[in-house]
Amino acid sequence: MPALKVENLAKTFPLKKPLFGAARDGVRAVRPMSFEVAEGETLGVVGESGCGKSTLARMLVGLLEPSEGHIEIAGKALDNADPAAFGKLIQYVFQDPNSSLNPRKSIRQIIEAPLKRLYRMNRAERAARISEVFASVNLRDEFLDRYPHEFSGGQAQRIGIARALAANPRIIVLDEPVSALDVSVQAQVLNLLADLRAQFGLTYLFITHDLAVVEAVSDRIVVLYFGAVVELGRAERIFAAPRHPYTSLLAQSAPVVGRALTAPEQKDSELPDPLNPPPGCAFAGRCPRATDLCRATDPPLEQMGEDQFAACHHPLED
Amino acid sequence: MGSYILKRLVSAIPVLLGITVIVFGIMSLIPGDPATAILGAYATPDNVEKLNRDLGLDKPAMQRYFIWLGNMIQGDFGRSYSLNRPVLDEVLERFNATLILAGTSFVLCAVLGILAGVVSAARQYGWADKLITFTVLIGISVPAFFLGMMMILLFAVNLRWLPVSGMYAIYGGGDLPDLLNHLIMPALALSAVATGVVARLSRSAMLEVLRQDYIRTARAKGVPERRVIMGHALRAAMVSIIPVLGIQAGFVLSGAVYIEIVFQWPGVGRMLVDAILKRDLLLVQGGVVFVAACYVMFNIAVDVAQSLLDPRIKT
Amino acid sequence: MTQFLKLLFRNRLAGFGAVVLSVILLLVLLTPILPLQNPDTTATADRFLKPFTPGHPLGTDHLGRDLLSRLLWGTRLSLAVGISAALIAATIGSAIGIVAGYFGGRTDNVIMRGVDMLMAFPYILLALAIVAALGPGLMNALIAVAAVNVPFFARNIRGVTVSLAGREFIDAARLAGMGHARIILTELLPNVLPVIVIAMSTTVGWMILETAGLSFLGLGSQPPQADLGSMLGEARSALITHPHTSVVPGLMIFLIVMSINLLGDGVRDALDPRLRSGALSRPRATTLVERQGEIPPASDDLLAIQDLHTQFHVGKRIYRAVGGVSLAVKPGECLGVIGESGSGKSVTALSVMGLVASPPGVITGGAVRFQGEDLVGAPYETLRQKRGDRVAYIFQDPLSTLHPLYRVGEQLAEAIQSHHKISSKDARTRAIALLKDVRIPNAESRIDNYPHEMSGGMRQRVGIAMALANEPDVIIADEPTTALDVTVQAQILSLLDDLRRDRGLAIVFITHDFGVVAQLCDRVAVMYAGRIVEEGPTGAVLDAPAHPYTKRLIACVPELGGGRRELAAIPGLPPVVDDLPPGCAFAPRCDKARDDCRAGDIPLDGTAPRAVRCLYAEEAV
Repeated sequence: MPALKVENLAKTFPLKKPLFGAARDGVRAVRPMSFEVAEGETLGVVGESGCGKSTLARMLVGLLEPSEGHIEIAGKALDNADPAAFGKLIQYVFQDPNSSLNPRKSIRQIIEAPLKRLYRMNRAERAARISEVFASVNLRDEFLDRYPHEFSGGQAQRIGIARALAANPRIIVLDEPVSALDVSVQAQVLNLLADLRAQFGLTYLFITHDLAVVEAVSDRIVVLYFGAVVELGRAERIFAAPRHPYTSLLAQSAPVVGRALTAPEQKDSELPDPLNPPPGCAFAGRCPRATDLCRATDPPLEQMGEDQFAACHHPLED
Repeated sequence: MGSYILKRLVSAIPVLLGITVIVFGIMSLIPGDPATAILGAYATPDNVEKLNRDLGLDKPAMQRYFIWLGNMIQGDFGRSYSLNRPVLDEVLERFNATLILAGTSFVLCAVLGILAGVVSAARQYGWADKLITFTVLIGISVPAFFLGMMMILLFAVNLRWLPVSGMYAIYGGGDLPDLLNHLIMPALALSAVATGVVARLSRSAMLEVLRQDYIRTARAKGVPERRVIMGHALRAAMVSIIPVLGIQAGFVLSGAVYIEIVFQWPGVGRMLVDAILKRDLLLVQGGVVFVAACYVMFNIAVDVAQSLLDPRIKT
Repeated sequence: MTQFLKLLFRNRLAGFGAVVLSVILLLVLLTPILPLQNPDTTATADRFLKPFTPGHPLGTDHLGRDLLSRLLWGTRLSLAVGISAALIAATIGSAIGIVAGYFGGRTDNVIMRGVDMLMAFPYILLALAIVAALGPGLMNALIAVAAVNVPFFARNIRGVTVSLAGREFIDAARLAGMGHARIILTELLPNVLPVIVIAMSTTVGWMILETAGLSFLGLGSQPPQADLGSMLGEARSALITHPHTSVVPGLMIFLIVMSINLLGDGVRDALDPRLRSGALSRPRATTLVERQGEIPPASDDLLAIQDLHTQFHVGKRIYRAVGGVSLAVKPGECLGVIGESGSGKSVTALSVMGLVASPPGVITGGAVRFQGEDLVGAPYETLRQKRGDRVAYIFQDPLSTLHPLYRVGEQLAEAIQSHHKISSKDARTRAIALLKDVRIPNAESRIDNYPHEMSGGMRQRVGIAMALANEPDVIIADEPTTALDVTVQAQILSLLDDLRRDRGLAIVFITHDFGVVAQLCDRVAVMYAGRIVEEGPTGAVLDAPAHPYTKRLIACVPELGGGRRELAAIPGLPPVVDDLPPGCAFAPRCDKARDDCRAGDIPLDGTAPRAVRCLYAEEAV
């Protein structure tokens, strides 16, 4: 049984009906997508701004109600967007660690909240659990009575991770957990996350825009473009041997020491207009391999090779 | 642009309707028999009954509201019992005087306030800033009616520079110089608070804007400092100043009530206060709805000005 | 709390307001037990007595009533009514605002439509209508004043709530299983409360004025009971003959409102965190220069930063953001400056043309020489003529660095016209050519766009075009691609690379990304805690880093193609630059550090072009 199963999950944000004229279609932030995450696996989700990765994350933890589709966590259907029901199974680590901690609450109050509300623990149980969690993220107990502004970004992110862990979830959604941190601190947090996963058998959904980071932490990676999955595959293969031209473009664009500077694309580099989406493949306007077929019909996600999937009419060969 | 104005005008319709509902709702709070309240305690039972019939006051509130609204849309605001003339005629006449007074004060507060705010921000912590900040503090702390009274004492009674009150001299006069002569004191007294508020806001808006990255960009490309302040910074600051001008117009209009009393200015504010004291409720209702409607229209003009300045507002 | 009071009274005007208000409050509280005459006892024989008459220190009014007694009782009434009105308005208005802002959507829409409706009235019309319906009287005036101020609080608090409700800690609270009521009470309210207090302290004076105003019109307190407004109203008819009866209550209103306003401003300043750090002061046109020590001699580099010291003076604290940095670039060369946040790389870049915001920034030492001429401390006009003309900047976030209200063409033309007397038509032609140079498609139509109508990549191209406008000798690029997506970043970098090769531009490129440095820069300087710890040709530094910091920083950044792995993290945190350790700033995090690393200043040493600031370097340089 997969830890997380998503079937045809989609989100459309409705547009306000204009004063004159007919109601418009909404903005499709996430197009129907399906995937599974195995127990103990780390699934990387990568894409550029506006690709729908944060919308996806917010649906998975119940902060946003899906427009269509189903979410199943550990065999339990959850798609009513009730964070309290999701909370024991799936938790969320936010991008901006400082903004995710209430500035007027002590760290103890912050970490206690899920224990009180989700588990109705008494004071002694809470104290024991908090010590346990704090030890596992390498923070000292004396921090508990301080306030968020006293902590650096890296420490605040550990506190955010501790809060997520406290709820004892099976899955943690990590939404750009290190992109607000300095590089020397990033590595500390990434290593901590890896240790925690091994220690507690956690399943991660790791969302980021940083290809190198996602490759370093994931088992499998999903590449999103314009709200849809364009490619899915093993982390060690997907950027080395991409099938979808967009994945290939991403991999070539990442600055790498020892590789000469190339601009892999000189065509119009804009994302399609979400208010006026193109009929066929969303990437066709930027794609060197695009044909009339691509501009007419949206390619489905198909298996290519052993465990790689891509949504492309003209995939790249090995 | 044209479609934006049209859109705003259309969106004003529910606001105008809302205003009539609120006014009607407040007026229906009047305890006891509305006709007695309108005609006053000394009305004869005959008159009360007649009025009840005329106004349909024996009908349910909902129906009464629509009758009142329908009449207003046709230009019939009812008849003032204390003045014995149509409410609309009286309101229009009085509103003209108020417009002269409040309009002058509004222009004064906008021009002086923005100017003072910009100078104050550009010379932060300098003597000009301190002087302006001090004057502004006095300006926003003194009640307009008290300021008006003190001005009368000083400029009209002691120095005899300006007339004590009224809009025109009783003998002779009636021309523009006469009007201006009578206008100076009330207009200044009325604009004091609003000028202070606009000046304070302009100062903080300028300071806020001057810290923005695009000001650094302007400096980095070598734009002369004068143009940085008067062009880049002021233009961006106007985005937050203009809505406040809209709100201040309401305050000026409100303050006009006091000033009209102090200076015996024959405006709509004095009319309303008299009408309340005489319990001439149709006149109150009509006056309030009319002035509020004008203010709504003014605010649409403010929004249009804002959209001309700021391209980020969808037109 | 004590910190709040300290902040409050550091503002002398607020202290003055507090003192005046306390005296008035004390007098008013003591009024019932003070030996005063009955305020309502009339004595027609003693009408209009002047102040300082024996038995009547402030004189009497038109009915011969003692003015002092009436003043104090009236003040008592006015304050009580004004403050009650403020409390009522704040409570109801804030509750409405929080509910609307937190729930958003339809709830918000309906509530705010209603509030807008109320705000569509000039406030006095609403107050007059309420008084007209309820009848004149002080209680009704109180209700009217409170009611017209409810929309003000609702709108204000809603705005704050909306921005707070979008913060991630609210989402976190929901995931912790909290219900809406609990989130509003325990997560939102504590954060909104300061704003409510600020709004109240800045409006309570206004509400006292309002109630006095209604009484002045005869619609508030009814005789014989008097508040300050009705005292003034009754005295008006005798204004010309007996002015003291008007002046006494009028001055009292003025004193109360002024002291409340002063105190309110103080409260606002003390509670507003932005003001606490002194951030709301206006940055000067150029960075303040207070140079100590000798000025380094001229060099023949195109641009040379020599032993630059830039500090931030915040209160009593001194942050040494740049602590002695020397860098130089030659024509056609690209110099990378790499470091983490707080390393001083951006401050170094901004110091060159005096663009560090001051206050709080101060350049305290060293020189910046352009073709030998010292720019630090140069007169404003000299600096201005060089800015954008000889040395141009590209900044990080093109959305915030372009002016939102000017078309991009106007901004480009302005960059040219600030330095060259050319017609607007020629400037526009040139601007179109510049947009083409940076490969913006449809330049002729794009030139009339506003920045918000462009994508991030296009905006940054405009930023680059603006930097190129006057064909400068040096471009300083401060993290120009950090805010961009990776595919766009690649395009911008290759554009910059082409431009410098075609035009012989010198580029100083500030970044935190080794990949970017490796692809673009000829030489690189690594900064840590305000100083350069290592420099040299890019290849040499990246292949054989000599400083332990450089080596470990490179090791802890994952690189594409490296596969899944444990990363070599650096323990600890970068130091805060207001409290630097003696010796090497990296020593506390370095596993090679010995006692002498922590002892004294360590020089930047090596054979040009390589240099390293380390006693136990990884490589000999």
